[in-house]
Amino acid sequence: MTLLSLLGDYTLQKVAIGAALLGLISGVLGSFAVLRKQSLLGDTLSHAALPGVCLGFIIAGGRELGSILTGALMTGTLAALTMLLLTRMSRLKTDAALGVALSVFFAVGVVLLTYIQGGNNASQGGLDSFLFGQAAATLTSDLWVMATITAIALALVTVLWKEFKLVSFDPEFAACSGLPVVLLEATMTVMIALAVVVGLQMVGVVLMAAMIIAPAVAARQWTKRLEHMVLLAAAFGIVGGMCGAVISAMGPGLATGPLIILSLSLIVVVSLLLAPGRGFAWELYKLRRDRRTLRTQQVLTTLYRLAQHHRDPAFRSDQGMVDAYHGTNTRSALQYLAGKGWVRFESPHAGDPATQPHWALTESGRHEAERILTDLEGASR
Amino acid sequence: MITSLLDTFFNDIDLMIMLVGALVGIASSLVGTFLVLRGSSMLSDAIGHSIVFGIILVWLITHQTSGPWQILGAALTGLLTVFLSELLINTRKVKADAAIGLVFPVLFSLGILLINLYASDVHIDAHTVLLGEIGFVWLDTLSIAGHDVPRAIVTMGSMTLINAAFIGLFYKELKLATFDAPLAKALGFAPGILFYALLLLTSGTAVAAFDAVGAVLFVAFVIVPPSAAYLLTDRLWLMFLYGALISVTSSISGYYMAVWWDVSIGGMMAVMTGVFLSLAFLFGPRYGMAAQWLRRRQQRALNDSRTLAVHLYNHEGGPEQDVENVTQALREHLLWSSVRANRVVERSCQRQLITLQGERLALTETGRYLAREILEPGQHNHR
Repeated sequence: MTLLSLLGDYTLQKVAIGAALLGLISGVLGSFAVLRKQSLLGDTLSHAALPGVCLGFIIAGGRELGSILTGALMTGTLAALTMLLLTRMSRLKTDAALGVALSVFFAVGVVLLTYIQGGNNASQGGLDSFLFGQAAATLTSDLWVMATITAIALALVTVLWKEFKLVSFDPEFAACSGLPVVLLEATMTVMIALAVVVGLQMVGVVLMAAMIIAPAVAARQWTKRLEHMVLLAAAFGIVGGMCGAVISAMGPGLATGPLIILSLSLIVVVSLLLAPGRGFAWELYKLRRDRRTLRTQQVLTTLYRLAQHHRDPAFRSDQGMVDAYHGTNTRSALQYLAGKGWVRFESPHAGDPATQPHWALTESGRHEAERILTDLEGASR
Repeated sequence: MITSLLDTFFNDIDLMIMLVGALVGIASSLVGTFLVLRGSSMLSDAIGHSIVFGIILVWLITHQTSGPWQILGAALTGLLTVFLSELLINTRKVKADAAIGLVFPVLFSLGILLINLYASDVHIDAHTVLLGEIGFVWLDTLSIAGHDVPRAIVTMGSMTLINAAFIGLFYKELKLATFDAPLAKALGFAPGILFYALLLLTSGTAVAAFDAVGAVLFVAFVIVPPSAAYLLTDRLWLMFLYGALISVTSSISGYYMAVWWDVSIGGMMAVMTGVFLSLAFLFGPRYGMAAQWLRRRQQRALNDSRTLAVHLYNHEGGPEQDVENVTQALREHLLWSSVRANRVVERSCQRQLITLQGERLALTETGRYLAREILEPGQHNHR
């Protein structure tokens, strides 16, 4: 199948739309979770969705997405409450409470799953797909459900934007300003459960954690503003989701969920490496630039001091001597300075025993050296 | 005689399954105790997921899933996850929790893809990855000294012994590194290396337990019994004991309930650890909800008696004594309900803090001393 015929494929269109919706909602909501250092809450909530999926299945008597998602939302919220209860009312710390809620709820889900499978229900086959997601099985009606949930979540974020922003960055101040912080935090937690619910069909309960975290972490590298971060995270989520969906359509055995996660992780790696200001490449460049500036400034001031010492502004320093002062080869630094017009290359006089090139300060070089030295004095004072 | 007894033992399927469950629980809670105490419980979640990648990689290379080298090789991916997460954290571009949540899904995704692409015909399909097959552990046996011993018993048994030996050997060092890492470092104990060794054992346990309980239920066995034990005691060695007890009890009760309802055995065992945690949470001797509630109630009763004593002492012998020092006044001036007022009066009488003189409440000598001690602590000698 060529890429073009793939894009015309009806199933793929649905999968891509679903993946894009998931990327959108988890990018936006994940931004808040990551900023509030609650990344792993997404992990717990997604694992805790499994018993809800099974309960929804049992109650509806079949694979009916509406009741399954409602169930997932309920148990996800219940897990969040359990975690809160354990951290507030017992001596367990957050990490243990998260782990307990995650594993016990998942275990209940496993028990319910095998209970359903033991009951020989004809449509049980669809249930396994919620573990790893089965994007290809997405129905048009499923898309409508996902779109509705996404729309609700986005509307909530828009309406409560200021409040969410304040609670995320400065909960103490938010509380002092009279905002219902606990209620807002609870809302944000439930909304993560909403994102999880949308992701069940696409990536499954196990990999949803990365779906929440990855777009937000990638977006964080490119910007300092929440507005931009949320938009970028949404964009990354959409791109990663659709990439994963398209790749998985290319061959059998390529599960959508893992591919979406891997695409997103690639975006994270690229962001960590290349993002301007924060990326490794940028930091490396800055480091080299700072080093060169320092080196050339040192060489320039050395020339200046030598000239002063000899009471000759046009004193010609032997490059070997400058090298000896700095203990390294200074040729590249001198050439850089020459490029700036601060030093002048002078070939040795005829009959001079020295074979090394000579360098002398120019007028502007002298001013530059004086400026650096006064700056240094000012800084050390 | 002994031989036939041993054979009957190893051929008892029920017993073997419960024994594997108990061994998984004991081995996991041994290392889990330190993870819970250090506040890095979620690392077990990361490790549990990422060893899937290691297991399938080792299988692709050696075409075997069991054996000490295979376990070690797969366990290294667990360590890799921790290492990569710490690398990310150290760049200070990603927070600790997000870093953990970024790394393990990548390895897990790779593992699932590899399973789907290359290994769909072997027994590790994506489904067992999550759920395990503890019900079938007795099918795969090893011959040891003429006995057919289930392989899972051998691997989990050795893992339990290794974990116990490690903790036994480095008990003091681990204790120090867990509760006071800076001091351990200052004394030259290298808490970092010790912790990595512990995580390697956690990964090894995860790999060994993988066939039985899968990647996610393993987390329950690592975190839940130690957490429950933490709610029951302050002593480290007791935490190990309680953790092991909870593991064994969960394994046995979980097995029978799973058979009764015909559901996942591993899942039910994990659920039972959760049940024991809830019991510890509710009825733990010191930190349980019931104990806390009782303590608060006693505290309130004591406070009420003290308030009453001070109130009576303030008005004792004064002009308004007949108005203030009656039960009626407690309702109006202390804003106590009549039920509460009557109860406090009754209890204070019992404790001989006050006596009833007709309508009037009078302090006894003990009651007066109590009130004085509250108002002017340490200035009075009890006569």
